[in-house]
Amino acid sequence: MEFFDPHIHIASRTTDDLATMAMMGCRVVGEPAFWMGYDRSGANSFYDYFRQLTEWEPKRCAPYGLRHYCWLGINAKEAENVAFAREVIALLPEFLSRPNVLGIGEIGLHKCTRNEVATLQALIDLAMQHQQQMLFHTPHLEDKYKGTRMILDLLRADRRVSPARVCIDHCEEHTIRLALDEGYWAGITLYPTTKATPQRAVDMVEMYGPERILVNSSADWGPSDPTAVAKFMLAMRQRKHSDALIRRIVYDNPRQFCGQSANYREP
Amino acid sequence: MAASSAPDVLQREFLTIRSHLIDLAALLDRVDRGDGPWRDDPRAVQVIQSLQALTAAEPGRAEKLLQIFSLSYDAAWRTTFNL
Ligand SMILES: [Zn+2]
Repeated sequence: MEFFDPHIHIASRTTDDLATMAMMGCRVVGEPAFWMGYDRSGANSFYDYFRQLTEWEPKRCAPYGLRHYCWLGINAKEAENVAFAREVIALLPEFLSRPNVLGIGEIGLHKCTRNEVATLQALIDLAMQHQQQMLFHTPHLEDKYKGTRMILDLLRADRRVSPARVCIDHCEEHTIRLALDEGYWAGITLYPTTKATPQRAVDMVEMYGPERILVNSSADWGPSDPTAVAKFMLAMRQRKHSDALIRRIVYDNPRQFCGQSANYREP
Repeated sequence: MAASSAPDVLQREFLTIRSHLIDLAALLDRVDRGDGPWRDDPRAVQVIQSLQALTAAEPGRAEKLLQIFSLSYDAAWRTTFNL
């Protein structure tokens, strides 16, 4: 069965990973901009990174039949220095019309500080000025609940935001209902030790149904698994869920969500 | 969307539940075998609260445990930040 991993950091993965994903049925990937594991030394590093996501990574994916899309932004981990973040945000407009850009992401909160909120507000403003979709990173571990609530507070207060064009990602059992109840898409990230496992993702589908649910690997440079979406599909099948339901979650849903972007083309 | 009956789910998941519980017991034993006290650590308090929450008789345990491990949310955060 074909699938679409809507959140994976392809720049951190080898071509062996791309081949394995393709063999398992992956056809489309969405790559949000994020933190490299160390702070970048200047805005120029971001400029090069945005070129990598819009020029080089699509080329690396193409031989494996993987269509590559990306989201551009500055991650909350590098949002604390507001002046620096503004320099990076100023680079974004020239990239937004590139053919594989779906919107602004992943943006959000990390430690939920005042400066992070200031940078996030500037990113939301930019997205709204350019009619962009948004992909939100919610914090890890003990900060997730509080950070998710704060992100939802910011979005609710902004009349320009259309919830159907926003994904609240890395949801778990204590945050997924918050996102779904307000009409947002809810991403479930399958990640070792933190976030959710394939089994818990199936539990959440059983509890909340398939509507507006996205499942992703978020595979990056740390311990993570580019085949996680395929493992979710297997877990669904082992619990006797239908192929139609599985396909809806791993292929139709991400196409429907990303299809709202002006640059999205059917694979 | 319940795909199976509870007895079927128990049949399917019993060995996994058993294995995770024994893993958990061994993990706590491992901490206990270390030198010095640990039960006053705030993380230990979260662990004990979680073990108690597991014995609840209704669903919602995963959400409850995640809440135990979460910082609290203050709805007036914008005032605190002077926004
Ligand atoms: Zn990510």
